[in-house]
Amino acid sequence: MADEIALLSTWPSMFGMRVRVALAEKGLKYEYREEDLRNKSPLLLLMNPVHKKIPVLIHNGKPISESMIIVEYIDEVWNHKSPLLPTDPFQRAQARFWADYVDKKLYDTAKKIIWSTKGEEQETGKKEFIECLKLLEGELGDDPYFGGENFGFVDVSLVTFSCWFHTFESYGNFSIETECPKLVAWTKRCLEKESVSSSLADPHKIHDFASGVRKRLGIE
Amino acid sequence: MAEEVKLFGKWASPFCCRIEVALKLKGVEYEYIEEDMLNKSPALLNYNPVHKKIPVLVHNGKPIAESLVIMEYIDETWKHNPILPIDPFEKAMARFWAKFIDDKFWALWPGVKKAITSSGEKEREEGIEEAQLHLNALETQLKEKKFFGGEKLGFVEISASLLIWIVVFQEVMGVEILTQEKFPALHKLTQKFVDDDVFKQCVPPWEPLVAYFKAQWGTLAASK
Repeated sequence: MADEIALLSTWPSMFGMRVRVALAEKGLKYEYREEDLRNKSPLLLLMNPVHKKIPVLIHNGKPISESMIIVEYIDEVWNHKSPLLPTDPFQRAQARFWADYVDKKLYDTAKKIIWSTKGEEQETGKKEFIECLKLLEGELGDDPYFGGENFGFVDVSLVTFSCWFHTFESYGNFSIETECPKLVAWTKRCLEKESVSSSLADPHKIHDFASGVRKRLGIE
Repeated sequence: MAEEVKLFGKWASPFCCRIEVALKLKGVEYEYIEEDMLNKSPALLNYNPVHKKIPVLVHNGKPIAESLVIMEYIDETWKHNPILPIDPFEKAMARFWAKFIDDKFWALWPGVKKAITSSGEKEREEGIEEAQLHLNALETQLKEKKFFGGEKLGFVEISASLLIWIVVFQEVMGVEILTQEKFPALHKLTQKFVDDDVFKQCVPPWEPLVAYFKAQWGTLAASK
């Protein structure tokens, strides 16, 4: 029986993009459904009744939610090519730790930069965001990828934030390349991969999208 | 080379308890090192420089941090008595529910904190209501028997053991948040942990735990 794969997501979501990258790494065909988060489809509400959020992967009718849980699922089921997690348990633990770090720290600090109404909160967000990126840059070290020689789990968790960098820089009034040149070099390296370049949204379109949200929130 | 397993923890921490349960279920011998969180050891800061928190598992000198990450490491390293299911979909579900429980536990905190530190009755009640909102979400999922698939203690059950701490909190606060009446399924679950042989060895003794949080929160309330 052929695998039936569907992905419910929204085009600007860095979390949804993670799943797209993983699916592309594995060379998988799937149906993509764009969700309107202000008018969630019955399918989304049925497939993720707990959180009602995207992304949701539906594999042969069975739904999986939470982006890095989906990525790990994809890696385990389609283990014939492009392994995203290493085989050694300690290295796997390190990869999970850093992906968890990206999830816990990066998104919340970034939100303050672009959705904040208070200048002080924005400055704090910017400072914390740069600190997080610097720590991640340190972890990358001299390796081409977080996965070492190969693109892996942590790379997937972080690279999708890169199409939002231009937006963060614009509203935060700073240059990520100045602060973290090695990390920006890493994003360019990742973008050379078809799986990444075909999955990430255009940074300028993201900026327009963010601008629209800010106008709606009354902060622009 | 002999295995060297160390666990840096805090006796009153629910996250540490999870790791001890996992290690005991696997029959892994380990050295437990109690950390004073107000005076963290150089070893802890060396092993977990990013978060500087417990628990940290150190296996043959290599540190692993974050309780759910540690639990997966334990399951992958000591393969007998598996904690996680083998089927990838079931595994994804287990990870989802463990994360859900963690998220709800942290979401409870502002409400609990409000209830402890508020001097006004109205604010206290608001705090309790907020905490109960998140408990409701947990109760709803439990009722539908989405997790807790069997008699065996697995990834989700072990993660859920931190619910016992909510029962501790209510005794400390002198308010009933997790009542049998309002949350029958959650209440039944906490009883299951209290009765389980392995958990009994890992969950700290009741009276000292209550006393510990009373002292902690006394400071918290006084400092407000």
